[in-house]
Amino acid sequence: MDVRINQADGQPIYLQIVNQVKYLAASGRLRVGDELPPIRVLAERLLINPNTVARAYRELEILGIVEKRKTAGTYVAEGAPTLIKRERIKILADRVDMLLAEAHRLDVPFEDLLALVNKRRETLRFNEDLKP
Amino acid sequence: MNDLLCDSIVAIDRVTRRFGATAALDRVSLGVPRGSVFGLVGENGAGKTTLIKHVMGLFKPQEGSVRVFGLDPVADPVGVLARVGYLSEDRDLPEWMRIWELLRYLRPFYPTWDDSLAEELLVRFELDVNAQIKTLSQGQRARTALLSALAYRPELLVLDEPSTGLDPIVRRDILTAIIRTIADEGRTVLFSSHLLEEVERVSDRVAMMSQGRIVLDGPLDEIKESHRRVTLRFDEPQSISPYPSFRFEGNGDGREWTGVYDGSIEILAERVGSLGGRIVSANPISLDEIFVARVERSKADRLSAKKETSLDREL
Repeated sequence: MDVRINQADGQPIYLQIVNQVKYLAASGRLRVGDELPPIRVLAERLLINPNTVARAYRELEILGIVEKRKTAGTYVAEGAPTLIKRERIKILADRVDMLLAEAHRLDVPFEDLLALVNKRRETLRFNEDLKP
Repeated sequence: MNDLLCDSIVAIDRVTRRFGATAALDRVSLGVPRGSVFGLVGENGAGKTTLIKHVMGLFKPQEGSVRVFGLDPVADPVGVLARVGYLSEDRDLPEWMRIWELLRYLRPFYPTWDDSLAEELLVRFELDVNAQIKTLSQGQRARTALLSALAYRPELLVLDEPSTGLDPIVRRDILTAIIRTIADEGRTVLFSSHLLEEVERVSDRVAMMSQGRIVLDGPLDEIKESHRRVTLRFDEPQSISPYPSFRFEGNGDGREWTGVYDGSIEILAERVGSLGGRIVSANPISLDEIFVARVERSKADRLSAKKETSLDREL
């Protein structure tokens, strides 16, 4: 599981983990039934407090993204995909908000911004082969 | 003593310590909860080492009290120190001993000494038991000191500026030791550092010291979530800070003000709104920036308090 802590980010570390696990699940790199690393293992790998990892896992459990199993271990939950669909939109909505705010600060009219989005889409030419 | 101190492994209650005229510690109260990592941060000379020496029973409080596991470390050093792993700032070790001699010497002091753990740490830290301590590099010396603080699985690990002068690999060993200590149920860590990124990585709770006082003490996540760098914008230039108690600073024409704010955003919005302004951004910041802002605020407050008292005297 590729999780990174960015210390320049003002976000608390537990929240960075929560958001990255959501992101990994949204992008299909974590699937239903995948096991998350044990708390202690992830804590030592990221060099962070195990209580922080535990808190992140608890939050993810409350959100229904992961579940604890009797045999110990934390797994991506059955209901995660439905939740994640909403999450995908939310992740994009956050990015769109940032983009809109930036355009507003730079005094770029909304129509120009939309035109730019279309133009960039042409330039990048997303096609099926590029999908992971 | 309040509830927090009662449940604490280390309970420091209004401790004052003066060296001559200067108060190295000025009514310091702190509680280190069981099973947590407590990070103590502050500039050089803020009082961190003095505070830690009180915890270790090396200083007797001139005022106030210190309890470790509910015991007085000055009155009962044996009862306390056998359960505490301590890495001092200068990592003082007996220079003439070889590493195996040091371990043989320390072993009888600690009923919980674990030979297999000592063995494991020797291998992991790549230490040669036949090496004489005076020939060790800074890093190997730090690892030897760390090993001798960990080998009896102390209930409380106390580290005073453990990373000073060490390369990233040895610093990593120290952070790993902290993480492993609290991953074992119920064990507790108190460490001081001026490396805020390290403190931010591993602490549950943080206390910031400045000039012998605690300027901020709380759970790390709460501290991070409550502090924001806020930018305010006004239609009309403001000649003075719109919220003096939070030290907002104007950039140039007095229309834009920036500062670190940890109060309620609603109250700020209301106040700024009444002056014909608005909040244009409120972004999370790093612990480093929070620390700088809080220390500056505390110094400014003390300076203005001093001015007021001298003004009172003149009047």
